[in-house]
Amino acid sequence: MTSIAAATVAGTSNRPPLVSWFEECTKDSIALVGGKCSSLGELISSGVRVPPGFALTTAGFADFMRGAGIQAEIAGLLQGLDHDDLDRLENVSRSIREMIESRPMSVELEDLIGEAYRKLSVRCCQASVPVAVRSSATAEDLPGASFAGQQDTYLWIRGFDDVIHHVRRCISSLYTARAIAYRLKMGFPHEQVAISVGVQKMANAYAAGVMFTLHPATGDRSVIVIDANFGFGESVVSGEVTPDHFVVNKVTLDILERTISTKLMCYTVDLKIQKSVATEVPFERQSIQCLIDDEITELAWMAKKIEKHYGRPMDIEWAVDKALPAGGNIYILQARPETIWSNRSQAAAVAASSSAMDYIVSSLLAGKRLS
Amino acid sequence: MQFPNPHDVKAATIPGTEGWERMYPYQYQFVTDDPERNRYEKETFWFYDGLHYPEPLYPFDTIWDEAWYLALSQFNNRIFQVPPVRGVDHRIINGYVYISPVPVQNPEEIGKRVPNFMERAGYYYKNWDELEAKWKVKMEATIAELEALEIPSLPDVEDISVVTSGIGESRGYHLIKNYDDLINLGIKCWQYHFEFLNLGYAAYVFFMDFTQKLFPSIPLQRVTQMISGIDVIMYKPDDELKGLAKKAILLGVDEAVTAHREWEDVKKAVAALPKGDEWLAAFEKARYPWFNISSGTGWFHTDRSWNDSLGIPLSGIQTYINKIRAGAEVDRPMEQVRAERDRITAEYRELITNDADRKQFDELLGCAKTVFPYVENHLFYVEHWFHSVFWNKMRQVAAVMKEHGILNEIEDVWYMRRDEIKQALWDMVTAWATGVTPRGTKTWPAEIEWRKGVMQKFREWRAPPAIGVAPEVIQEPFTIVLWGVTNKSLSDWASVQDVGDPDSITEMKGFAASPGIVEGKARVCFSAEEIRDLMEDEILVAPTTSPSWAPAFAKIKACITDVGGVMSHAAIVCREYGMPAVVGTGYSTKVIKTGMMLRVDGSSGQITIAR
Repeated sequence: MTSIAAATVAGTSNRPPLVSWFEECTKDSIALVGGKCSSLGELISSGVRVPPGFALTTAGFADFMRGAGIQAEIAGLLQGLDHDDLDRLENVSRSIREMIESRPMSVELEDLIGEAYRKLSVRCCQASVPVAVRSSATAEDLPGASFAGQQDTYLWIRGFDDVIHHVRRCISSLYTARAIAYRLKMGFPHEQVAISVGVQKMANAYAAGVMFTLHPATGDRSVIVIDANFGFGESVVSGEVTPDHFVVNKVTLDILERTISTKLMCYTVDLKIQKSVATEVPFERQSIQCLIDDEITELAWMAKKIEKHYGRPMDIEWAVDKALPAGGNIYILQARPETIWSNRSQAAAVAASSSAMDYIVSSLLAGKRLS
Repeated sequence: MQFPNPHDVKAATIPGTEGWERMYPYQYQFVTDDPERNRYEKETFWFYDGLHYPEPLYPFDTIWDEAWYLALSQFNNRIFQVPPVRGVDHRIINGYVYISPVPVQNPEEIGKRVPNFMERAGYYYKNWDELEAKWKVKMEATIAELEALEIPSLPDVEDISVVTSGIGESRGYHLIKNYDDLINLGIKCWQYHFEFLNLGYAAYVFFMDFTQKLFPSIPLQRVTQMISGIDVIMYKPDDELKGLAKKAILLGVDEAVTAHREWEDVKKAVAALPKGDEWLAAFEKARYPWFNISSGTGWFHTDRSWNDSLGIPLSGIQTYINKIRAGAEVDRPMEQVRAERDRITAEYRELITNDADRKQFDELLGCAKTVFPYVENHLFYVEHWFHSVFWNKMRQVAAVMKEHGILNEIEDVWYMRRDEIKQALWDMVTAWATGVTPRGTKTWPAEIEWRKGVMQKFREWRAPPAIGVAPEVIQEPFTIVLWGVTNKSLSDWASVQDVGDPDSITEMKGFAASPGIVEGKARVCFSAEEIRDLMEDEILVAPTTSPSWAPAFAKIKACITDVGGVMSHAAIVCREYGMPAVVGTGYSTKVIKTGMMLRVDGSSGQITIAR
């Protein structure tokens, strides 16, 4: 993959890139691309497939703010604000956000984003590939999810103009009333905040769900447990359906257990309103296994790689893309450390390690339970 | 769990079999006239030992049941003192053997047995390799003695040498004595059989148990994969066939070898070729001892060895010749199997989260690997080599009995108990000595005809898998391992019992023995002779398989058995070939018919029948 940043920056200086592909990001890139994009980059480097995309970096953000020439004006509006004065906060927020969303980007930055979006479309074999545009905060270690306006996510965005527009909307989310109030309260200087914006191919899920690299019921580390339904993963995450359930042997990748449920509903996209909507699963598909066995095996293989990369049990969101051919259609959307079993103290199965003979005798005495 | 009452099952005598009890030793009967024994029998849990006895027992074949009844129990109870369990008790209903491990009830007594067991079993585990080497010497000596044992016929006049050498004994006396020796060698062989076996199983079963504690979802097949040895004797006969197939091609006699179905025809055709004698010599060399392999489990006189029916090894050689000609690899992928075993072991070991458990894992794995070769290899020495020779010696005894009118046919001898044969020999030999007609010439042929009818009725009867009351725990290692006695298998058995009509069954469960899913046509084979009819890519459905079935696995794409656990022959071989296997289904050969379309999931143990 050609580096957009490298191509543009080459021969100039050590200026950080304004735009960066996810695969160029690592867990050390948080300051440049925020938590979300850096973790996607990290996931890619574990060797699994992630919906491709790129990030407007914090350097790109700074470039935009500089080019828009609105920093002084913003500073003036924020002057003397009280975090309790909600009306004024709302007014100031609205003015700043309108300002940000109406200012043009520099030609260089617009070209960079445009070129990245074009390449992304080529990669996905789709003209104007639908993307998710979302902010990726650089200060996620600070409490308060609203701090960087990080819920701002725009789905099913298509076309260059719309992408640019929503990138600006994400930037402006730094100045929601709540974010401003929060910074005021915490004494965090506004001019120091930075944001990155991720632009990622929408995974148009045929089926999706979650998986764990241990058995959630027993803590067994030798299996991968997969829950899956048709459509987007929301129906599985929210518990709206009883998903298909698979237990896969982590060591050998064979499917140990499969429970096929009756799946009454799923989420699919309504492109007109650019939202996912709950839909009824057609009767003839309700009791059909929503993944083929090869997909289950590939998912488990990916889960194994992710666990190995992070060195701990993981909780993973994934999707099977409708538009891509089999063998290249499985995407990992997100991975985070599993917490329930991992935080539990790992008691040894044996009281104290003993000789084989001691173990055999004590086991003989205990016997094998029949009921 | 409550199963049918043994006395009720027994009381429902099959019409026309009244009096069948006399075909078996009296202590094998469920009784109603002894209140104490009656209560014990009623409150005890009895498994039908379908693993060893898929068919009702012929009276003579009861010998091996008596032999292991004694040997297993004495080693458990009187020699090693397994703390919580004594021996394994036996009963017979309608020719089918039911067994039950006998627990030690008193906790104090269990406590007293612990130090004994630690010392005695500990000694065996510690000195395993040395003791096993000793075992091999004892066993080979026993087999040599058996092979040398002469079964004399009865002459009109004794040879003059009896006089000139001052022997002072008749051939009649030798016949009686050598029959006793034959029986005693058999019993001795089975003493050795159990010298190591239960300790081996204990090491096995508790390694499994431990890994299942660590990894509740680990399939048993993966545990056995970690311990299964690769260079075990049981593969040797099959390897000999592969070697003979290669040699046939090398010597240019392969066309002749594959041209006929019967061995005699092949032999003639090969002998006529320039290098035919060289190949025939190699064939003869392979026969001893490797063709002393039974076409069944070796437990029954009906299980003929390859040496008895050379058509079986011949069809194996033919299969391999065809495979080689088609460019297929026939040798076992040893390196691959070994590498996969090591990878699996290492990956599971890596998943263990604490050091104490990892150390225990290493200890138990080491112990299980030490015992493994015996657990596999004893089968060749006892069930195959010894038994194959033994059955033929018995046929020699029967030939003399036929000659003197006690039997109509040689194969009638199996309808007599071993003690009845001894009595009949006395009758026959004293009559011979005296110059009169043996009384048995009038009684035995009629009795045997009746017994034949009884056996046929027994065969048509379906033995319930379990009777009596299930206990909460089972502590006898042999029972746990071989019968796969788990809560699951019991409830599966119970549910099969509920299904009245086998023709309505579309789903069956067994032990997931080798992973993978395939669909294909069923071929039900009840004996090794029938594997000649197997077509490429069929799914083999068998009561159980043994090493003499090995060539079948080169043709099929999945295997299903009625009895056997994850370490049964079918399970081990299928894992090596990388094909699915479901074992211990209980009733597959009764439910599935040749030609039915099946789906076999060797990862979950599920079988689906398309009807």
